[in-house]
Amino acid sequence: MTRSAPGPSRNLPQYGALAAVLLANWLLFPDFFSIRLQDGRLFGSLIDVLNRGAPVALLAIGMTMVIATRGVDLSVGAVMAISGAVAATLTQAGWGLAPVLAAALGAGLLCGLWNGLLVAVLRIQPIVATLILMVAGRGIAQLVTEGQIVTFTSPGLAFIGSGSFLTVPMPVVITAVLLGVTALLVRTTALGLMIEAVGVNRLSSAGAGVNTPVVLVAVYVWCGLCAAVAGLVVAADIRGADANNAGLWLELDAILAVVVGGTSLLGGRFGLLLSVVGALTIQAMNTGILLSGFKPEFNLIVKAGVLMVVLLLQSPTLTLFLPRPGPRPVRPPTPPRGKPESPSPSAGA
Amino acid sequence: MTDPTPTASPPLLAVRGLSKAFLGVQALDGVDFTVRHGEIHALLGENGAGKSTLIKTLTGVYQRDAGTVALEGRPIAPRGVEEAQRLHIGTVYQEVNLLPNLSVAENLFLGRQPMRFGMRFGLVDRGAMRRRARAVLIPYGLSLDVTAPLGRFSVATQQIVAIARAVDMSAKVLILDEPTASLDAQEVAVLFKVMRTLRSRGIGIVFVTHFLDQVYALCDRITVLRNGRLVGERRTVELPRLDLVAMMLGRELEAAAHRIAPPDDEREEDARPPLVRFRGYGKARSVEPFDLDIRPGEVVGLAGLLGSGRTETARLVFGMDRADRGEAMVDGQAVRLRGPRDAIRLGFGFCPEDRKKEGIVGALSVRENIILALQARQGWLRPIPRRRQEEIADRFIRLLDIRTPHAEQPIQLLSGGNQQKALLARWLATEPRLLILDEPTRGIDVGAHAEIIRLIERLCADGMALLVVSSELEEIVAYSRRVVVLRDRRHVAELRGGEVAVDRIVAAIASESVPVEPRP
Amino acid sequence: MIHRFLPLLVTTAVLVVGFLLCAAQFPNFASLRVVGNLLTDNAFLGITAVGMTFVILSGGIDLSVGAVIGFTTVLLAVLIEQGGWHPLSAFAVALAVAGGFGAAMGAVIHVFQMPPFIVTLAGMFVARGLGFVLSTDSIPINHPLYAELGDLALRFDGGGKLTLPALLMLGVVAAAVVCAHWTRFGANLYALGGNRQSAELMGVPVGRTTVAVYALSGLLAGLAGIVFSLYTGAGYSLAATGVELDTITAVVIGGTQLTGGYGYVIGTFIGVLIQGLIQTYITFDGSLSSWWTKIAIGVLLFVFILLQKGLLAVWTGRGGTPAEA
Repeated sequence: MTRSAPGPSRNLPQYGALAAVLLANWLLFPDFFSIRLQDGRLFGSLIDVLNRGAPVALLAIGMTMVIATRGVDLSVGAVMAISGAVAATLTQAGWGLAPVLAAALGAGLLCGLWNGLLVAVLRIQPIVATLILMVAGRGIAQLVTEGQIVTFTSPGLAFIGSGSFLTVPMPVVITAVLLGVTALLVRTTALGLMIEAVGVNRLSSAGAGVNTPVVLVAVYVWCGLCAAVAGLVVAADIRGADANNAGLWLELDAILAVVVGGTSLLGGRFGLLLSVVGALTIQAMNTGILLSGFKPEFNLIVKAGVLMVVLLLQSPTLTLFLPRPGPRPVRPPTPPRGKPESPSPSAGA
Repeated sequence: MTDPTPTASPPLLAVRGLSKAFLGVQALDGVDFTVRHGEIHALLGENGAGKSTLIKTLTGVYQRDAGTVALEGRPIAPRGVEEAQRLHIGTVYQEVNLLPNLSVAENLFLGRQPMRFGMRFGLVDRGAMRRRARAVLIPYGLSLDVTAPLGRFSVATQQIVAIARAVDMSAKVLILDEPTASLDAQEVAVLFKVMRTLRSRGIGIVFVTHFLDQVYALCDRITVLRNGRLVGERRTVELPRLDLVAMMLGRELEAAAHRIAPPDDEREEDARPPLVRFRGYGKARSVEPFDLDIRPGEVVGLAGLLGSGRTETARLVFGMDRADRGEAMVDGQAVRLRGPRDAIRLGFGFCPEDRKKEGIVGALSVRENIILALQARQGWLRPIPRRRQEEIADRFIRLLDIRTPHAEQPIQLLSGGNQQKALLARWLATEPRLLILDEPTRGIDVGAHAEIIRLIERLCADGMALLVVSSELEEIVAYSRRVVVLRDRRHVAELRGGEVAVDRIVAAIASESVPVEPRP
Repeated sequence: MIHRFLPLLVTTAVLVVGFLLCAAQFPNFASLRVVGNLLTDNAFLGITAVGMTFVILSGGIDLSVGAVIGFTTVLLAVLIEQGGWHPLSAFAVALAVAGGFGAAMGAVIHVFQMPPFIVTLAGMFVARGLGFVLSTDSIPINHPLYAELGDLALRFDGGGKLTLPALLMLGVVAAAVVCAHWTRFGANLYALGGNRQSAELMGVPVGRTTVAVYALSGLLAGLAGIVFSLYTGAGYSLAATGVELDTITAVVIGGTQLTGGYGYVIGTFIGVLIQGLIQTYITFDGSLSSWWTKIAIGVLLFVFILLQKGLLAVWTGRGGTPAEA
């Protein structure tokens, strides 16, 4: 992971932020780190952070790659609702676990494909393209559940949300597995390089022969899949699907997690693990606020504060005044050339 | 407007000893420039000559370091485009700087709309605005629906609207920065008519262009800049084309360099089948249809002034831009070049002129930039193992002497020359059969410059075919077996063997606009 | 000349045809009462959407409007019920706070050159959070003025009436049309959305306009909050969730380019009515489920985005995009 992700020293702020939040929690609650084993499953505040942070972490995995290509996917919350609705409805209809999972994940893939085609082929800007599914997706989810809150009792599906594997809660296991699989997929193939190349400079990448439309479709498809997994986890946890509220506003939390994780909204280098760390940091803050007896109402303001600080640090105006850590340029930058003097042959792009 | 007798009153615009530096680079060095009432004055120069800096200093985009600017004898120092406009200096850029989404009338009057019920909190009098817009456009021979969005009209019309806005805001000096770059012949004619009308009204027009025919068709005077210095000011009628080109390129023609390498036997060379062959290949508004053959082990140079169509030719060959006519053949087989991926599959490589925008992937490492094209050709499912990547990167870093602390350095932190070498490495790693280099030595220090030229010669000796665009004529002459000369978006001459010499190229560039049929 | 207004014409046609279809199916649909209710029910949405149109025309976006509405209703409820303020002074304070909030976001966007999407997302968190901090419960507002204002309406024969919220919306829309097309501020907005750099070169005060447009959007969201509290008679921090999405949708369906520069306020108004019409139809039908609203709106959104994409290519006269792999 570290080889293509920003170097370890650059990642320090992200890990540091998580550590600081955890430390603060520990100072407020000496019990924070205590973990106990009960009925073959781990319990404790820390486990709680991991468990509750899982859905946003899952979304953040897919969102990271979309943002790395300079895009954004607003539809992940709606896709969660769709996948949860499909899973719950089919389970209630008596389908087996395997086909249910396949159908729910397939729905997510289809949603991602739709977004990807709009962005890559029709060249609609990502915010607008994914807005369509953000609006219609929740309607589709309600269509699937016929407006009901569909509950189920199938232990197989419920296990995904509330079971545990080797004492670790399943959502945590699933997040770890998806993180691993995604990292493997992008870092053992050339996909990661191409995603970053497209995000940094789409024109140069295309000129070097990178199949940019395919890369774009791929990241949106994977983002849809991640959202579908998150939807499954949430539905399995509450043993039901609430098409109205499942994943509501989680797209914003996922974007926040990615940004806190240090991936720039302007695309380029991405760190999957760092985005998960970002998601956990946010969750740890939520948990801390909850535990400290502050009103949970403050959560949103704190979130906004964190978001603004992170963004200000990335702001072009501010970076002019702040010395940048890291290697210095070999030469001073070339003087501003103003308007390029050659007529651009591809004006109107 | 103003009294047009130049002898009695001070000149319309007098620039004296103007200097401007950026981070120690002297962009303008003690430049004098004079515009008189009622003249069209061509401001000419190749890349880096300082035209843009001069214009931007006049219009207040940049602040000068030294020198004076006087308008009708009154010293001025505008601090912004708006202020320059108030001081009667209007500017129209090549990429029209109006708003395509607003109506023609709104574009003409944005910020100074006629108002009703008070200036500050009143309402825009749209009726009056329309009427005044129509009236303003009449002298330009434009009769159009002024309520339609500007973007719906041709670029020429947009240019004229921009000119009309500038003139209506009481411009005495009108700066036209490459207004004809994207116009067709008919549109140019319309624009010229407008410029002549304005000249007769006493307005001084500064005309920046790359088309020499236009200079001779229209301009009264010519000022040539080179490397931030004034080369000279001449009356057009007194300056033969050949002298003008020599002024711009900065060489004494007597001393023009001849090719270094002796020409090979042409007949033997021509007998070999070409690697690529283009017939009637072209794209509307970009470059006229051309024929072009390139053989293995041959360097073909594309020479011409800026904007002559040389870059456009290179981009068509690589499929960066799609041709809309003609055919392309590789190894005698008809091929379609719909994009870079097609070209790469055929074994082409392309180092673009705008390295930063279209070449490097800035935030990625030197290693990643070098292997990118090879990896892209292999597809994402067959990743190049990390160790192999490092081998490739290290090999080319050594081979091309790319100065970087290590292969993991982000390429954007390298100097221009080293970025260029890394881009060359990107293509060399794919072992291309045809390498297209657009200005491979632009913005590169002398040492790297020589290395890149040596490299081009070595690659050619290894049997690779090269198509090189360069404004450095000596350079082109030194390594090209054949040189295609372009002027005004047209391939006007093809020099080969003993004909390849700087003075022949200059003569071809300066020739009158009788298109020379490309050889079969 | 036709296709300059084509998006607007299509939008209007969708509304008219939709209304006629509804009227054909349900005889009492085409009544003043239904139209009056349509306007009243969508008044707060319409007011907010006007502000959103301005922001989008200028090339930005404002995700905070729903949260600002929610916050305003709580602020009003707290001021009136717990602070004992007169509603009119509470209104003034609420408008000032909402406008100031928008101005602050605009300033951050301009000064730090940050993407509006993210800044207003943070603004959304802040506004919701502040609302929660004031009160998490729904607070009923029982001031007598509220009842009076609620009864205020222009009544027509046959049970139709234009309530205060509906009148306010119509007033705001009319004022906005004037502002967009008959003031320099309006021209500057379009200029900014067309091309920021060119606009600056042509003398448009970019910073001032950016701050002003977000302030206006905040102000109108505040007004929508007042209308919403009149409509519901309560203040609730969770009120109007998702309104930002509904308004953006209305703006797009109304024919405004999400990239800025092209569009009409009146189109947004029609877009709001189309959304309201779909909902009314589904209520009338009874058998049809509410989720079809969202799907139908999604489909409309898609169709309109495609339409705009095609039109923009025709407008700029350069259908061709550079070759890309």
